[in-house]
Amino acid sequence: MNQPVLECKNICFSYHNLKGETKALTNISFQVNRGEFLAIVGPSGCGKSTLLSIIAGLLKPESGEVLLNEKEQGHIGYMLQQDHLLEWRTIWKNILLGPEINKTLTREKEALAGKLLEDYGLSKFKDKKPSELSGGMKQRAALIRTMVMEPGLLLLDEPFSALDYQTRLSVSADIGKIIRASGITAILITHDLSEAISLSDRVLVLSKRPARIKNSIPIQLTLKDSSPLAARNAPEFQDIFNLLWKEISDEYRGD
Amino acid sequence: MNRKSTNSTLKGEALTAQQLYIKKHHKHHHFVTILRLLVLVLFLAIWEFSGRLGLIDTFFFSSPCMVVTFFIEMLRDGSFFTHTGITLLETLISFLLITIISILSATLLWHSKTLSEIIEPFLVVLNSLPKSALAPLFIVWLGTGINTIIVAGISVAIFGSVINLYTGFKSVDSEKLKLIQTLGGNRFDAFLKVVLPSSIPTILSNMKVNIGLALVGVIIGEFLAARRGLGYLIIYGSQVFQLNMVITSIIILCVIAMGLYQCIQWTEHYYKKRA
Repeated sequence: MNQPVLECKNICFSYHNLKGETKALTNISFQVNRGEFLAIVGPSGCGKSTLLSIIAGLLKPESGEVLLNEKEQGHIGYMLQQDHLLEWRTIWKNILLGPEINKTLTREKEALAGKLLEDYGLSKFKDKKPSELSGGMKQRAALIRTMVMEPGLLLLDEPFSALDYQTRLSVSADIGKIIRASGITAILITHDLSEAISLSDRVLVLSKRPARIKNSIPIQLTLKDSSPLAARNAPEFQDIFNLLWKEISDEYRGD
Repeated sequence: MNRKSTNSTLKGEALTAQQLYIKKHHKHHHFVTILRLLVLVLFLAIWEFSGRLGLIDTFFFSSPCMVVTFFIEMLRDGSFFTHTGITLLETLISFLLITIISILSATLLWHSKTLSEIIEPFLVVLNSLPKSALAPLFIVWLGTGINTIIVAGISVAIFGSVINLYTGFKSVDSEKLKLIQTLGGNRFDAFLKVVLPSSIPTILSNMKVNIGLALVGVIIGEFLAARRGLGYLIIYGSQVFQLNMVITSIIILCVIAMGLYQCIQWTEHYYKKRA
């Protein structure tokens, strides 16, 4: 359990344009253990998404390094803010996009995709176009598209932020349960503190730009094994929420 | 009992209201169609009778009856088929080449940002140039023949087409490109899976413009460098004061332009239905 899957060492990153340099990340160092669900919160625009892109290898850090356990190398799943299902493909064709690109489309993959559709309650919508699905269903289809790749590490970049509040609660609960059940290591970026507390094992708080790690708060709720929705009723929930709220609002006060 | 009868009348009324609406819609539709035909018939009638009554000189203005007679003559001696056929062939070849070349060039520009930055001002200048000015050059370079005419057809549409397609390719949501990256795909995958399929509506609407422009270019080419084709007939007819020939050719051109446009329209319709 305590084997690190990912280790970030002194990551720094800046954006450049002709007007000058914008420092986004300074000396970010942390570890994620196998099976852990880590949430990262921070003021908006602090560089959370940048950090995730660096972990995924889409951006190169200016200094510092990202160390991945061998088993997880090349097996990172990434879920974006929007579902980005391709409208000209059916749901089935959409969820098989990853294997299609990697030329790993086998019988087993199709069987896995079929099973995931079944598990997430979307098998009836297999041949439908994305526009025929509700927002929550689309986000679940996007999760299947990520899970079909059998990732060892799952990166979630505010995957619920495009949904309305009701859907958001139920989809985040659903997806939280799915990720817990599969035992996959996950990093969730969010600005919703309740979401972070109810889903994760540990919350990293980032400061405002240039982001550094301000605090790392382990979450141990007495109701942990029940659903993420029920977790919001845990007795410790309010205390942790207040603690996080204080950490974040300190950051805004500086402005 | 009483209540039931009220219900049925209500339902009856609702149906009639819908029927009335549909009836009104059809009536309006028929009205427009009839008026359109009337405008056409009226125009032809005025044209014919002002010729017969001596209000206009049919030597310069021809007349519907003379056009029909000339058309039948063209059908009989087969010249209709040679001239229309060659114009149609040249237009289709130009159109096909425009489509292929512009998709390939736009792909190349999308692939390399530096290349597109270098090429862009040249494209803009060439696109705003009146392309008919180039036709005499093509004659010098390529002689008089089908090649010159096809190149003239291509030159009218190609630059605008490349610019339009490139703009279309560029406007694809960058987050969708990121998605392909997160799934392990490279830029080529992104092009095949996202850029090209999402640009099909742009490509089709671009084709609709191009087919018309190709015809314009081909006619310009035929004016200057042909011995066959509708453009040649128009120029030749005007030089020998055979206005029947000119007007008949223009009418055939109208029909061709409409037909070609319709073909693309149908393709587009078929694509939308399937998608």
